[in-house]
Parts: sequence; structure tokens; C-alpha cells
Amino acid sequence: MATKLPAKDVAIIGLGWTGAILANELSDQGLDVVAIERGPWRDTATSFNIGYAADELRYGVRLDLFQQPAQSTVTFRNRDQETALPVRQWGSFQPGNGVGGAGVHWGGQTWRHLPSDFRLRSHLTERYGKSFIPDELSIQDWGVTYAELEPFYDQFEYLAGISGKAGNLKGVIQAGGNPFEGPRLREYPLPPMQMTYAPTLFAEAAQSVGYHPFPSPAATLSADYTNTLGIRMGQCTYCGFCVGFGCANYSKASPQTSVLPVLMRKRNFEARTECEVLKVNLDRSGKRATGVTYVDSSGRQWEQPAELVLICAFAFNNVHMMLLSKIGRPYDPNTRKGAVGRNYAYQTYSSVQVFFDDKIFNPFISSGACGQTVDDLNGDNFDHSGLDFIGGGSISCQPTDGRPLAHLPVPPGTPRWGARWKEEAKKNYLRSFGFASQGSSYAAYRNHLDLDPTYTDRFGRPLLRMTFDFPDNDVRMSNHVVDRMELIAKAMTPRHYVLDRRARPYSVVPNQSTHNTGGAIMGMDPSTSAVNKYLQSWDVPNVFVVGSSAFPQNPGYNPNGTVCALAFLAADAIVSRYLKSPGRLLET
Amino acid sequence: MSPVRRGLWVAGLAALLATGSIPAADMQSFATIERGRYLAVVADCAACHTRPGGRPYAGGVTLQTPFGTLIAPNITPDPKVGIGSWTDEEFIAALRDGRGRGGIYLYPAMPYPAYTKMTREDALAIRAYLQTIDPAPDEIEPDQLPFPFNIRATMIVWNAMNFTAGRVAPDPSRSAQWNRGRYLVDALGHCRTCHTRKSLMGADESTGYLQGGRLGSWYAPNITADRQKGIGRWSVGDIVTYLRTGANAFTLSSGPMGEEVTHSSSHMTDSDVEAIAAYLLSLRGTTQKSPRPLAETDTRMRAGHAIYEDNCAPCHNDAGTGAAGLFPRLAASPAVQSDDATTLIRTVLFGSQAAATPDAPTGPAMPSFGWRLGDAQVAAVITYIRNAWGNAAAAVSPGQSRMVRRAHNVP
Amino acid sequence: MGITRRHLLASTVGLSIAGLGTPAQSRDYRGGSLPWEPVDTSPPVPVRPGPWLYFTAEEAAAVEAIVDRLIPPNDSGPGGKQAGCAVFIDRQLAGPFGDSRSLYMRPPFVQGTPSQGLQSPILPKERYRRSLAELDEHCKTFFAGAGFAALSAVQQDEVLIGLEQGAIRLNDGGGKMFFETILANTIEGFFSDPIYGGNRDMAGWRLIGFPGARYDYRDYVSRHNEPYPLPPVSILGRSDWSVPE
Repeated sequence: MATKLPAKDVAIIGLGWTGAILANELSDQGLDVVAIERGPWRDTATSFNIGYAADELRYGVRLDLFQQPAQSTVTFRNRDQETALPVRQWGSFQPGNGVGGAGVHWGGQTWRHLPSDFRLRSHLTERYGKSFIPDELSIQDWGVTYAELEPFYDQFEYLAGISGKAGNLKGVIQAGGNPFEGPRLREYPLPPMQMTYAPTLFAEAAQSVGYHPFPSPAATLSADYTNTLGIRMGQCTYCGFCVGFGCANYSKASPQTSVLPVLMRKRNFEARTECEVLKVNLDRSGKRATGVTYVDSSGRQWEQPAELVLICAFAFNNVHMMLLSKIGRPYDPNTRKGAVGRNYAYQTYSSVQVFFDDKIFNPFISSGACGQTVDDLNGDNFDHSGLDFIGGGSISCQPTDGRPLAHLPVPPGTPRWGARWKEEAKKNYLRSFGFASQGSSYAAYRNHLDLDPTYTDRFGRPLLRMTFDFPDNDVRMSNHVVDRMELIAKAMTPRHYVLDRRARPYSVVPNQSTHNTGGAIMGMDPSTSAVNKYLQSWDVPNVFVVGSSAFPQNPGYNPNGTVCALAFLAADAIVSRYLKSPGRLLET
Repeated sequence: MSPVRRGLWVAGLAALLATGSIPAADMQSFATIERGRYLAVVADCAACHTRPGGRPYAGGVTLQTPFGTLIAPNITPDPKVGIGSWTDEEFIAALRDGRGRGGIYLYPAMPYPAYTKMTREDALAIRAYLQTIDPAPDEIEPDQLPFPFNIRATMIVWNAMNFTAGRVAPDPSRSAQWNRGRYLVDALGHCRTCHTRKSLMGADESTGYLQGGRLGSWYAPNITADRQKGIGRWSVGDIVTYLRTGANAFTLSSGPMGEEVTHSSSHMTDSDVEAIAAYLLSLRGTTQKSPRPLAETDTRMRAGHAIYEDNCAPCHNDAGTGAAGLFPRLAASPAVQSDDATTLIRTVLFGSQAAATPDAPTGPAMPSFGWRLGDAQVAAVITYIRNAWGNAAAAVSPGQSRMVRRAHNVP
Repeated sequence: MGITRRHLLASTVGLSIAGLGTPAQSRDYRGGSLPWEPVDTSPPVPVRPGPWLYFTAEEAAAVEAIVDRLIPPNDSGPGGKQAGCAVFIDRQLAGPFGDSRSLYMRPPFVQGTPSQGLQSPILPKERYRRSLAELDEHCKTFFAGAGFAALSAVQQDEVLIGLEQGAIRLNDGGGKMFFETILANTIEGFFSDPIYGGNRDMAGWRLIGFPGARYDYRDYVSRHNEPYPLPPVSILGRSDWSVPE
């Protein structure tokens, strides 16, 4: 039986980026806040000691910083007609764990979505007509606009020290930046990173075929920086141990480097680690949360009463928590009724590898975000008239992961072992690089999340079940983008190149991206969304669900810039509206 | 405390400190009590008399002295286990003469050799403030020393040899700011207790005032205006920023000084911190000429350079310049060139967390390297930083590293 | 070298991954400070040379032979055996990797589609033991009583190709899976930090020009198309760290 604890004003499930941002904003208001994190405490000097942070086996292969599937995983199937089976070891996506969450191990690519991304269905209908949108797709407008989110994007960028070049300042296109981006009020807080050879070559080639490359906006900092909380952060040293690794020298924006030093010193904030929240507790009406119940490492259960519950556990974990707690109506793909679990989406990833004889790229010199991007083929940045798909992808040359266990390219036809393999590995390691597309993943009615009927976690709770395959639309989109990536590759005159197209069926085996989105989407209509534009649950007004779970579909970008902007948006809504008048912020 | 409220306190204090004395009838007055609170912060009574997480001034902090362990007593106004039933004269005698109730001799871990320089009015103001603290029931037995140090009467001899009671009169040839600075440093802040070398008897050496002292496995560096080993290259502004925020362009405070900044100097007024800075910079350094650095070709320097490149440069940079507010500057650093390398050795072995204050909230930490580097390597890399980039200081031996490890039971 | 025996834990297991060995304790952080403890780290435990921790002598001989064919010695540098790949694999199997400690291993185990990934209940250490035994049996049958280690290089390659392509199925068709596993582990052993027992003397890194556990390349970011000049360094350090007596 759970022991009841003294009440708090706010209970936050998960202490990653969104949990840390919300905890800090709300504790600034004098509220009593507790964050409950199921993983361990992590901090730079003690958890990412520079003497062993650069350990590819431990972090890059054995995934030491990630969620251990033994503790929690999901089940997966491509279609409803199949039986979902557990993802017993991570491959396609690799969720984070512990204080800092994915903010510890991310690569730092930080984007704003395009203005058209936020009103996708309306925009496409206006431009191409209603019938242009494939029937299989359940894409929706968000309910919040780019303009409304702009100040919160800015807030996160200045919190994190994002290093980039503005492409659109108050409507005026700026040379050197992304000409397609939405208007921003001011420049990035730091200039772009220095460029290594590969992205430089990529940019030249992209420009030569008529595209507009610009430096990728990076949360791996280009210079020393004092952020908006007065916290000092350091300059990235391009060590190449970025995605999957903790940063040892305070130079990758994370909750650790950007928020926790201030947050942990507040007397009205408490963090509990290695404590797993089992569910959000609701009162008899089912319309009000009374707090959460969690289990500590000894197996003891605790009830933490709270006035406000924030679900900040990451993307699909948020959806899992809602389903387990019976918040909102679960989605049924047959009737298309219900909102919790609908519009699950991913990222449509593809890549090109180029091989040279005469160039040295030093692939080990990189960060997770040091590179160049081309946005010409993203979203609706190009005219889709006459094409058989909607959407697109950003194309980035950010050759991170340049370490041997992640990058040992050999030309097609090379055996996978033996003397010839050894020679080709030796020859090509320094002389090859790749560039990739983060393609949009447009939600489909049949892609969804729900609770598995068979497999459980160590507490006996059903695992989350993921039913997903790439919609036909996305495969067509991806091929279109890859065809143009091929043009860029050719323009570099490599010895040869290899295209890695995205094809069906989607497999959980090869690592692609941990940009899982949707399942608790925001919207204007409670019958087709789980949260309103402030990320407040339509059904349980004192619950907010914050993360990429709110994306109605995934645009062609890494999600974290928007995730953290949404966290600031939610914080602002809670502080300026909810606290003054608790209850539903919006009527339906 | 919010910045606005703080500003009001500071204004009130400034007015108070200008006057200098307290009529007896004012012992209950808010102004006196507030002045006493401030003085208790400057004197950092809480450093010993408030356990982390414990009740204010209820005692309980354990002090490791070369002679054994002492525990600071409860100085809340509890009549039985605190000092609530003490008279003002008894309180002043403890503070300034090192005599407890009934005339028992206090150990100079209670820095009465410094506090003796405090004015009577200041002592009474502290008393008035302490009387307003919530009485705490913590019963502390201070004396944990082994024989014969537990015989308090031995202090008679110690005091005869090492202690001179009473105030030091202001120097009329110096400015009011300099005198205030000296008073803060000597009477209240008792800086010399850490920053001056101790004799075998545990008293301050008469030479070497503020030129550095060992405190357990920390070395409190030279804080005179010595240009190589002291703060002679720092401006008043640099010192003020360091004491108020814990970090300046050169370095960050950590360890016992980090605690000092967090609990004491970060709460002092601007004018007081400036006075301390002006005073310290008036103390002429004693390093006559720059020593010769070890040659680059020295095998220890070569190995140290390689170790530095692979372990230290990603934060402290190839040129030893560090990053302000994050990674201390090693080039031209007085702490790095200290005669005693103990702090450097323990920092490399165990790591260290910098202090954090509201104005410098980062509190970055140096990771530990003791698991990765053997004693010869620790000695080499420290020898390297002490002799690179224009630095020059004695080499460090593997034996020194071994001793610091052993003292902390760390493999 | 810096890291000595005193850093080894009491356990005989040569590898420790934080969080998997001992169960972590719930902690409560409040009271207004950023938590920090001196010496609070979990460095990898260095693999010691010495007796096999998991493999029998016969198994080890076969594995050493396999890794030396997967990555043969030649003019470019040492092969898998000299690089310590078999030692690496042995220590890995004796640790959390060997018994899939971090994976979800709850039943029921059902054969899924290729999209659904690994669904086998067989632990890596079991797979090696079983497959090596079956492989030896196969070799003795087809090569007149000679186990894998006793075959010529040409014959060994033939067998490996057979496993890779599924022609040699072993019992229950586990041949291909075994081959994929040992290939992946061999490459891991060849290129992971030498602290784990493989990549001896950073042979793998020297082969391809990877500088190892370095952390600062700021001076080289803009030096396009130039080779990187510094030698590789491991978590264990490099020879330049040594102070001659």
C-alpha cells in the first residue's frame, strides 16, 4: 500500500528538458515543486568524467546512458493485423534515461518548425486543394501558430546558447542563414560553429546545384556563454563523442549545463531519482488529478499528492502514462474515435555516403550538430504541384559519429570481413562521409499507440504498444528527396556514392532516429486531440502533457527546439493563466 | 533575499556602521541585532557552529585539527545546552580572551586570537543577535581530543607563547578604508587562521602573514600582493568579484574557501569587500625574483605535457587560459605556483566543486583523475602546469601524491 | 600506467557498467545545493590479462582462430587474435553483455517479422557455448576429425562463409546468428578502447587513423584535408604519459 506524503503544489514526471524547464519556471513563482525521475542523478563531472566519457563501446554501443529495455520498453508491430513483440534491444530509436533525459545524450540540432508546419492541413488545402492530401494521412493543424511560439523559441535558444545564423530577421531574409525559416525577432545568441571539411564540401556542392546551404543551428556551443539564468557554459571542442554521450566539458546544452545549477539550489524544489511513477491518480470523477503514485528502488510505493501534475516523461512515455492513468479516451484506429494514442509519427530518415580517394575528412572531429543544412526540400518549401506526395525533409551534412564502431564505411561489394575488408576499412575511414535527410513523418490513421495485451514491465503494467509503418506518402516523399541528395552527391565528384533509401516495412532494427512524436497531440478539437494549445489535457485540466507527444505530425526537423519552446509555452500558460484561475483554460 | 530587500538592509547597515558604538539600552534594538547578524556573517560563525542541514548555531560541526577532533558547541540561547544563561561579559571573554564559562580555556580552533581584535561593541552586537536565534536543544560535547591535548590547562602555556589579547588600534597614517579592511581581515574574517603557516603548536607563524597555510589536505594560498604567488596581479575589482560571487576572470573558489564565499563574503557589503581588497593589495609580496622554470626537455615536463594535452586541455586550453567563470586559468596563476601544492594534488585526484552564488550560479566541478593517473603521472602533470606558460615553481613528487591519496583512503 | 589493480572491484568480472552491477538507490535531493561528492565516478574496470573467465581452452582456441580470419594479420597490422579480440569477447561474455542484463528478456518469446528484431531467449554467452560446440562437431565431421582451430586458413574461411550465408546451419539453424554475433563482437573488440581487452596497443585505431579518447580538436577543425598529427590515446593513456625512472 502506498504511503501518503505531504502535498506539493506541482508534481513533475521526469526530469529531462521539459521537466527541468517547467520546474524552474514554476518554482520561480514560489510553488513547491517535486520532480520524480525513474533514472539516476547525473551531473557533468561525476557522470561524464572526461577521462572515460570518450568510451565508444560503453556509450555508443552498449548504450549505458539510455533507458535499459530491461527497465522499460515498448512492443512493436507494423500493422494491426500482426502481433506486437517487445523491442528487446534498442535499434531504431534509443530513449534516454536519468536526470537530464535525452538532453544528456542528444546531438544538439535545434530547429524551429516552419510557419506552414503549424497549420499543415489548412495550408496544404489552401495551396493545393483538399483532395491533394492523401486519405491515409490524419495530419492536423496544431492550434498554435509559429508567431505565438516565436518568443518561446527565442527563450529556449537563449537559455541553451544555440549557435547559428539567422536567416529571417523580422521578415528580412539574411545572407548566410536559412532563407526558408519563419521570421525571428533577433539573432541567435552565438555565431555558428566552425566547419569541418565534409560539411564545407557538401555546402559547395549543394550551392552548385541551386540550393541554399547554411550552418546548422547547434546546441554545441561555438563560444563560452553566460545563459539567461546566469549560468556559464563552455565552448565545444569538437570531440566527436556527442550523440549518445554526456558532455564532459559543459559545452553541450542540457538540463545539466543550462538549468540544474539554478534549479537544484532552490529550496522549494525537490528531485527524487530512481523513483518510477506508476500512474497519475485521479479523483472519483476522473476529471481531476490528485497526484501521482511512485515506487522507489526498494520497491516501496509512495503517494505524492499535488495540485498540478506535469507529464514530462518523453514522447511516447507521456502517452503510456496517460493510458495507464486513464486520462483521456484511448484512440481506436477502427472507429478513429478517441485521442490518446492517435497520430503517432516518427522521422523518415535517409542518407547518402560518399567515397573519395584524394580527400581526408577527419571524421572524428565533429559535434552532434556541427554541419550545414539545406532546407529547400523541406516541408512545403518547394512547389508540390504535380507531385504525388506532401512533405519533405531537411538535408544536413553533420558527420557526427565518426568513430570506428559507428563509421567504418566500405564500398558496395566489399566483403564484411577478411583481408579485403580490412584494407577497405583502412582506406575509406578517413576518406568517406555521409549526409542525411530528416524527412517529415506525416501521421496516418493506422499508426497509433496503445497498451499491449501481453507484455508487461517489472511492475506488471502493460507495455506501450506501437503500431507503425511509413505511410506510402512518406516513402514517395523520401525517394524524391533522396533523388535530389543524389544530385548533391554527384556534384562533389566522389569516387562513388551509396544511397540509403527509406523503404517499407519500417524496422526497429537499424538505428535511424529517436524522434518519436505524437500520441498525445495538441489541437483545437478535443475529439481529435488530447491536449489544447497550452498542452493542458482536455479531460483532466490539472494535468499538462509536455513533449513531442504533442506534435500532430512530425515536420522534417529534429524536434527538441520545438519541444522546449512548447515547455516554455506551457509554463507561461500555467503562470499567467492557470495559476490565476485553475481549470480549463479553453472551452471547446 | 531578493535584491530589493537586500538593498534596504545594506543601506541600513551602512548607516549603522558609520556610528561605531552601541548604547547599552540599544542591545534590544533592531539596529544592533541586525548589525550583529551582519558581523556574525562576516566572522562566519556559522561555518563551525551550524551543521549543514542543522539548526542555526546549534553547533555540531566537526573540526579536524592536527591535535585531534573538536566539535563546535551550541551557541543558541538555550539556557541549558547553549549560551542563553551566559552574561555579556562571559560572552565577550569567550570571543576575545579564549575563556569559556567558569574560566575554562577554549582551544584556538575557536579563533579567539583573531576575534580578540574585535571591538567590544561589535562583540556585543553579535551577542545581541545570537540571543534572538531560536534556542536549540542540541547538546554538544566539544572536546574530542586525545590526551594530553584534552587537558585544557595546557592552553595556559599556549596562550602565554602565542596569544596577545586586545584590540589593535587603527593606524592613523592609513585611510579609513585600509583600517576597515584590516579590521575585517584580522578581527572578523580571521583570514590568517587558514592563510598563514602554522607552527608546530598550531599557532600562526609570526612571519608569513597571509602568505599561505596548510589546512588538512587543502592549501590556503598566499593572499598578499605577491605578483607570482599572491594576488598581486588582481585588481580591487577582481578581488571584490571573487569574494562576492566566488568567481572572477582568473579562477573559481572551491573547498573551504568556497564555503567561505557562500556563507560569508558573498553577503558582505560592497564597501567592506572593497576595503578587504584594498588592504590585501597593500601587503607587499616577498618573492624577490622569479624562479627559473623547469626546462621543457625535463622528462617530467615532457610527460606532463602529454598528460595535460590529453586530460586537461579540453577545459583549461593548450595555453592554460581556462574559461572565465568555468575553468580556472592556470597560466600566471598564483594558486598553481604556490609553494605548497597540496590543493593542486587533491583537486587532480578527487576533483572539486566550485562554489555557487546567486551572481555566479554555475558551480562547475573538476572531475577526478585519481582513478586514471598514477602518482608519477599526477606529479608530472602538476609539475608541468607549475612550469609552463611562464609559470615557475618547485616540481611535485610522486610521493606527495601518494600521501594525499593515503590521507583520504582513496585507492 | 596509471590504472592499477587497486581500482579493480572485488568482483571477478572484468567489466563493469554503471547501473547494471549493483542496484541503484533512490535518492532525494533538496535543501538547495547542486549535489556533488569527491571521487564520485564509475570508470570502466580495466581488463586484466590472464586466464579465460568464460571460455574453456578449446572454445578460446576456436574463437582466437575465428577472430584471426575475420580480421587477418597482414602488412597493414595485427589481426584479431593479436589485437586481443578473443580476450575482449571472453570478458564481455563474463559480464552483463553476456547475459543480456540490460535487455528485455521477459517471455513469451515468439518468432517475429524481420522488422521486429531480436526475439531470441538465447543469451550471448549461451549462444557462443552452444554454437562453438556445434561448430567443432561440424568441422570434425567434415574435416576428418579436425576442430575449427586445426583447419587451414582457407578451410576456416570456407566454414565462415558457410555460416555467413546460411549454408552451414548448425543445430536449429543458429549458424547465421552465431556468425553475425561473433563478427560484431570481433569488430567491437578490434576498435573499442583497449581497456576492455581488445584493440591491443590501439592496433585497430592505428590501422584506420582514429585518435582514440581525445577530447579537443579545436585547432584542427578548420585544417581541411590535412591528416591529424597526434598519436592515439586510450582511457589507459599512452606511452608518452610515462615518466622514465
